[in-house]
Amino acid sequence: MTDPKELRAQGATPLVEMEDISISFGGIKAVDGVSVDLHPGEVVGLLGHNGAGKSTLIKVLSGAYQMDAGEIRINGNKVEITNPRDARSHNIETIYQTLALADNLDAASNLFLGRELVTPMGLVNDAAMEAECRKIMGRLNPNFRKFNVPVSALSGGQRQSVAIARAVYFNAKILIMDEPTAALGPHETQMVAELIQQLKAAGIGIFLIDHDVHAVMELCDRASVMKNGQLVGTVDIDDVTDDDLLSMIILGKKPEKAAA
Amino acid sequence: MTATTHQPIDSQNKRGLFQQLELDMRLLGMIGAFIILCIGFNILTDGRFLTPRNIFNLTIQTVSVAIMASGMVFVIVTRHIDLSVGALLATCSAVMAMLQTEILPDMLGMGLNHPLTWIITVAVGLGVGTLIGAFHGWMIGYLTIPAFIVTLGGFLVWRNVAWYLTSGQTKGPLDSTFMMFGGTNGTLGTTFSWVLGLLAAGAALFALYNSRRSKLAHDFPVKPLWAEAVMGAVISGSILGFVWILNSYTIPTRRLQRMFEAKGEVMPEGLVVGYGLPISVLILIAVAVVMTLVARRTRLGRYIFATGGNPDAAELSGINTRKLTVKIFALMGFLCALSAVVASARLANHSNDIGTLDELRVIAAAVIGGTALSGGFGTIYGAILGALIMQSLQSGMAMVGVDAPFQNIVVGSVLVAAVFIDIVYRKRLGAK
Repeated sequence: MTDPKELRAQGATPLVEMEDISISFGGIKAVDGVSVDLHPGEVVGLLGHNGAGKSTLIKVLSGAYQMDAGEIRINGNKVEITNPRDARSHNIETIYQTLALADNLDAASNLFLGRELVTPMGLVNDAAMEAECRKIMGRLNPNFRKFNVPVSALSGGQRQSVAIARAVYFNAKILIMDEPTAALGPHETQMVAELIQQLKAAGIGIFLIDHDVHAVMELCDRASVMKNGQLVGTVDIDDVTDDDLLSMIILGKKPEKAAA
Repeated sequence: MTATTHQPIDSQNKRGLFQQLELDMRLLGMIGAFIILCIGFNILTDGRFLTPRNIFNLTIQTVSVAIMASGMVFVIVTRHIDLSVGALLATCSAVMAMLQTEILPDMLGMGLNHPLTWIITVAVGLGVGTLIGAFHGWMIGYLTIPAFIVTLGGFLVWRNVAWYLTSGQTKGPLDSTFMMFGGTNGTLGTTFSWVLGLLAAGAALFALYNSRRSKLAHDFPVKPLWAEAVMGAVISGSILGFVWILNSYTIPTRRLQRMFEAKGEVMPEGLVVGYGLPISVLILIAVAVVMTLVARRTRLGRYIFATGGNPDAAELSGINTRKLTVKIFALMGFLCALSAVVASARLANHSNDIGTLDELRVIAAAVIGGTALSGGFGTIYGAILGALIMQSLQSGMAMVGVDAPFQNIVVGSVLVAAVFIDIVYRKRLGAK
């Protein structure tokens, strides 16, 4: 896999381009003319205070919200994403902050929700889905055993691994992670970090929303910072320090030297 | 990671008897309550409650509410409600009554009891019910008017559409073939009932065998063999026992005589003929099987339960929850129409008050049967058992001679108490 930094330097077409995206809720501009892009094998961090518009921007890409203005291009082609089904058909998978799990169903049903495996007669094939679920959970979280209980009976980390499994299982090319480690302990956070490295190596582009500047410094190639619905700037992680990022988040000023 | 996650799958060899059988404790509780109820009434009525005759009547009285309750499970599971089922039943019944007593015989000149009358009538009735249901669903899903309001409005609208269609008159007698869906007018006879009972028992055993084989094929844990055998014996025993009881209810001699006279024959002396399974009960069983299949083994069912558990998650998983709402209410409308067939055929005419208060009986049956109003949980068999318990309570009290106002007071109190017990049970289990 070519280094994403080189790809960008060569002017290669990005995997995802979100250009001049705007969306308002009741007169308040939640996202105001923001442009971000993502290359294959790259992790782009999205930073900002609560209410800066990070999650809203990303929900436009995942199909949960519809933008008022702007354009989304995938591999250079303009695409229309009006609902989550569209996003999935473009191999965009999302791990939501809320995890978006149906608490009353078991892990396998959640993993395949909306994309059930069916028998030749068109009935859902629970046994096959459970078998697949056991396989992928064996890779992601080998300690996972609770396949036959509703996910409401699982711990925070276990629920998180179900949500991650759902995003990873279906050959995602573009992965959106909205605070994937918010509910996790240190050990599981480390597991997610390793997973991100694996996915990156497989050429998947990842948008990572995180509050933890240190995590972003460690995991991301670039970072886009938002404040009050607007983009403060996008910087190359190698060119900035923790403090630079913090001042972008807090003051909304882009450091002079680090132009990405 | 919590310690419990390290438990290997097969370490649970010290499980209790009920767990080995993998029985639903909630279902057992309901069956237990039902049995106590039956035995109690049987003692109070000096053995008149548990006679084949009363069980037969109880069964055919339950069918109409039970059919609708199975649809109400889906409605409530997705966090909606339908207050219009009784009124919708009345409208469907009115449409079908007008069709078979006036439009088809007089206006289209087919005459009374034409062999096609019942087919046209039932098809139109089911179509009308499905369309009205879909219309409700469209208003709820796409116009986002709360289901409570849409169906409260529907409750008034359809009750009075029915009134308008028939000018408030009782329409009857209905088509003779149509009336076979009602109960005593249409039964299979003892021989066919036994054949059907044996087939059903065989199918149940085959289903058990198949599910075990599929689990083994994927190396999933299975119940011990003796537990499967006990389950199989209990299930097939109940099916055959039910057939046996209904077969033991014999057609009264006077009625039998009249049936022979109608054919111009003389009844042999001392002839005894059993009713066998009523067609309406077969319809209920078919509805129960199909609805259970839909709930457990189809995408539609999976989406219904997922939407009930977390509507946002369902939406984000790419499920079109609006279209789903239309489908659920269309299905509810279809089942209301099916109930209208059974209910009006049982009464042998359409009366203006048909289905009155059915919405409350149906909701109560679903809720007593374990459907959670908060959404996401509910079973078809539970709702049907709930309907049976409600009907037993009502007709048992009538047989004992409880005054009418007290009957409703008791039924209302039982509903509230049943839900309270359910809440306590769920808390104990640690579920929400």
